[in-house]
Amino acid sequence: MATHAEAVEHGHGPEAAHEALAHHFDNLEQQREAGALGMWVFIAQEVMFFGGLFLAYLIYRMKYPIAFQAASNHLNWRIGTFNTAVLITSSLTMALAVWATQVGKSRKVQVGFMAATLLLGFVFLGVKAYEYREKYVDGLIPIAGWFNPKPEILAHLPHGITVGQYQMFFWLYFAMTGLHALHMIIGACILLPIMWMAWRGRFSPEYHGPVENFGLYWHFVDIIWIFLFPLLYLLGAHFSAGH
Amino acid sequence: MAEHIVPRKTYFAVFAALLVFTALTVIAANINFGKMNDVIAMTIAVTKMMLVLLFFMHVRYSSRLIWVIVASMFFWLLILLLLTSTDYSSRDWFGSHVGSVVGRQ
Repeated sequence: MATHAEAVEHGHGPEAAHEALAHHFDNLEQQREAGALGMWVFIAQEVMFFGGLFLAYLIYRMKYPIAFQAASNHLNWRIGTFNTAVLITSSLTMALAVWATQVGKSRKVQVGFMAATLLLGFVFLGVKAYEYREKYVDGLIPIAGWFNPKPEILAHLPHGITVGQYQMFFWLYFAMTGLHALHMIIGACILLPIMWMAWRGRFSPEYHGPVENFGLYWHFVDIIWIFLFPLLYLLGAHFSAGH
Repeated sequence: MAEHIVPRKTYFAVFAALLVFTALTVIAANINFGKMNDVIAMTIAVTKMMLVLLFFMHVRYSSRLIWVIVASMFFWLLILLLLTSTDYSSRDWFGSHVGSVVGRQ
């Protein structure tokens, strides 16, 4: 990080004297754009990362359409809807945290919006943990030897559908929501030091790259959930009615 | 390119739209539209994604360079999904289960 004296020595303009300007950038604007570009490249590879699981879902869904619909019925779409609303609200509070730094709101406002985002993230993860426990109780953990659905579930298997096809749905359910939840846990771990920086008064309209880039990450995780929710929870919502 | 600050009322409008679309997709999923259920659910999901991308993630106000990254991200994702599914869905064309992995029971 260049000090004021160094920046002046290197012949930069007055803006370049900002303490947050790294020495390899001409000005804060260039630094901010380079940071955002890097974050977008990271998000593009994250899309590839999740893309493999969406592809696996697509292939097995084409192969076992009825089994997937019936298995989806064991997820509670009411809980899923609640969690979707929680995550969308956390995206709003994160967008407002970025806004607060952009317009130079006080550090208390900045930290407040970030704390709300963190809290909503924990609510989401808490609900997810409750759902995972429910699946455990029903014997729907898709690990070899553990997958042992309770008799009520086995009694209602649609005609011609095997337990293995059910297990494949739950394997995808745990892999996709698990990777998503892991991203939220990592997000919470990154947000904490950013909140600390905000509390120390590091962010201003001139410098708020970390808040902005964390916001991009958080919204990306929200987008993944926007697709997981209908694909996993809503798939079988009309199934029992029509069956 | 100077940073564009999105006004708060835009964020609230996008938030409201996301909640409305969530309610719509839940209602639509509880009605049996046959094959159209998937089309409706994915259309709503893509619409929600576009709202988050353009406004929460500021893509609408970002430089051309960011647009190129976002466009290539979708392009590569489509290669992954489309080319692989054409492979899997055409495996039975020349005799049943020839070379099929998923098809074997």
